[in-house]
Amino acid sequence: MRIKNISSTRAVKVPASDTGLQISKTNKVKWLSYPYILWMAGFIIIPLFMIIFYGLSNDEGRFTLENISLILNPVHKKALFLALELSLTSTLICLILAYPLALILSKFKMKSNSFIVLIIILPMWMNFLLRTIAWQNILERTGIINTFLQFFHLPTLNIINTPSAIVLGMVYNFLPFMVLPIYNVLIKIDKDIINAARDLGANSRQTFGKIILPLSLPGVISGITMVFVPSLTTFVISTILGGSKIVLIGNVIEQQFRLGNWNTGSGLSLVLMIFILLSMAILSKYDKESEGNNIW
Amino acid sequence: MNDNKLINLVNISKSFGDTMVLDELNLYIRENEFLTLLGPSGCGKTTTLRIIGGFEIPDKGQVIFEGMNITKLPPNERHLNTVFQKYALFNHMTIAENIAFGLKIKKKSKAYIKDKITYALKLVNLDGYENRMPDSLSGGQQQRIAIARAIVNEPKVLLLDEPLGALDLKLRQDMQYELIRLKNELGITFIYVTHDQEEALTMSDTIVVMNQGYIQQIGTPEDIYNEPKNAFVADFIGDSNIISSTMVEDKLVNILGVNFPCVDVGFGKNKPVDVVIRPEDIDLVRPEEGILAGRVTSLLFKGVHYEMEVMAGGREWLVHSTDLCAVGSEVGIKVNPYDIQIMHKPESEDEQAVELEV
Repeated sequence: MRIKNISSTRAVKVPASDTGLQISKTNKVKWLSYPYILWMAGFIIIPLFMIIFYGLSNDEGRFTLENISLILNPVHKKALFLALELSLTSTLICLILAYPLALILSKFKMKSNSFIVLIIILPMWMNFLLRTIAWQNILERTGIINTFLQFFHLPTLNIINTPSAIVLGMVYNFLPFMVLPIYNVLIKIDKDIINAARDLGANSRQTFGKIILPLSLPGVISGITMVFVPSLTTFVISTILGGSKIVLIGNVIEQQFRLGNWNTGSGLSLVLMIFILLSMAILSKYDKESEGNNIW
Repeated sequence: MNDNKLINLVNISKSFGDTMVLDELNLYIRENEFLTLLGPSGCGKTTTLRIIGGFEIPDKGQVIFEGMNITKLPPNERHLNTVFQKYALFNHMTIAENIAFGLKIKKKSKAYIKDKITYALKLVNLDGYENRMPDSLSGGQQQRIAIARAIVNEPKVLLLDEPLGALDLKLRQDMQYELIRLKNELGITFIYVTHDQEEALTMSDTIVVMNQGYIQQIGTPEDIYNEPKNAFVADFIGDSNIISSTMVEDKLVNILGVNFPCVDVGFGKNKPVDVVIRPEDIDLVRPEEGILAGRVTSLLFKGVHYEMEVMAGGREWLVHSTDLCAVGSEVGIKVNPYDIQIMHKPESEDEQAVELEV
């Protein structure tokens, strides 16, 4: 019994000194995070509260829900629904394009991994505005595509200033954000897991449906978030490729701020934020349901 | 065990890039046999297993399974199952779903699958784990689930790729007994890959020692241990004293200038040979009683026995004994004739090279 006691007190002491060590270590690490915390407070948290404040108050600083209810204005409502429609469409197209691409890329040998990532992010080396303006030139009535078509006496395309042009711009700009997370998840799936499925009798289609697809869902979900959110809020792509005719909710908000209507702009931003939070909540719920527990 | 050849590997060659992994390998596996492929890493044992499993296709040669050529058959169409080194459980499924995976694909009835899950979990001593997730289990438990997942499909052959490699020593020993029990209860063929000679000796009916893509020796654990065919096998399996010697005549070998009586015949007269003497087969006696006299130079306590090094006849002898001889004491070395294992010297330069690298 005595021996037992001694050993048990020892067992208690050792972890105690261990945790002491850990605390001092985490303290050091904490220091390193202070600049980011300051940055976050100054440029994310405070502006967010300012938007909430402006959104929920009028010119005189009194509480009101008027700014938020402005979303019911037919013009705003139409802009919101169009933005939802176009961003959902572009997210879907991105997913359809990105998944097979990521799947093919993930099957290449490990050596060329960094090269593949490079190819995916290469378009991002050029300025986002520049690329979008380039598309404007390509799609214009007298742009490259139409000049080419005219040369062969083919009917010309009128894509510019239509919702299709905006979707094209969104897909082009945000596709890498869909490919990368899916690719990242796919290359992390152990080859032996796939071998095990094959070994247990699954053909390649069953292996994909029952193993690869479910295991890659976290990547798909973060890809969807990373494409859907910027697509929903964009006003640059719609301005450049949609002309003045097509107004998305992003354009409406931008106009309000330009005109100095900070309260209206903030109110509409809050509505948009609710839609984004809602979509993320749906996604994370689906993520948990399908996974059982988190892989990431 | 009978002599029915269940699997026959004929002239299998495989290379990855410029590296030749297997060169003209021939091997057959009998029904209901526990066969172990043993060798250092890079010897081709895992590649051999993956060729049998269908995860690699050989460049040359054939895999014959029950008389049928299955060389190019995909893994899902072969009547064998694999237990992978790192378990390879499906982490997004429960234990029951993992085990049911193969059966669901074969479209078995729900009741059948349920029975099978209960049976398999009982067999690996994990009943009641149906609804747990794989990552909530310990390594040993996960490995047993991997085995359960494989055996519910009633394979004729179970392939095991270093299944105990990731477990700690105690668990590994327990699992060895568990595997032998499983093998006996299921009555199927096990093909087991390991680099651990102790595992191989404990569990196998037949051991295939491999090195650099070639089979060095095939035999029972006793054969491999007591009568290694060459210096590589002797060195890889257990500790040994390998001494370059001369076969004077039948039943007499000259080791380090001293004639030792032995039991081997047929090597010819005055032929160079390699001699293997296991450290536990050396008796330390008084200097005048031994065939060779020497002095103890080091002493280690190993638990079951003492490990001593004895300087005698111009070389170090490794000796295992339960009797202690202090460092510096004069001793005589004595070996029973049947404990001296004589091996042919490698003939070609190729073989020589293989051994030098070991």
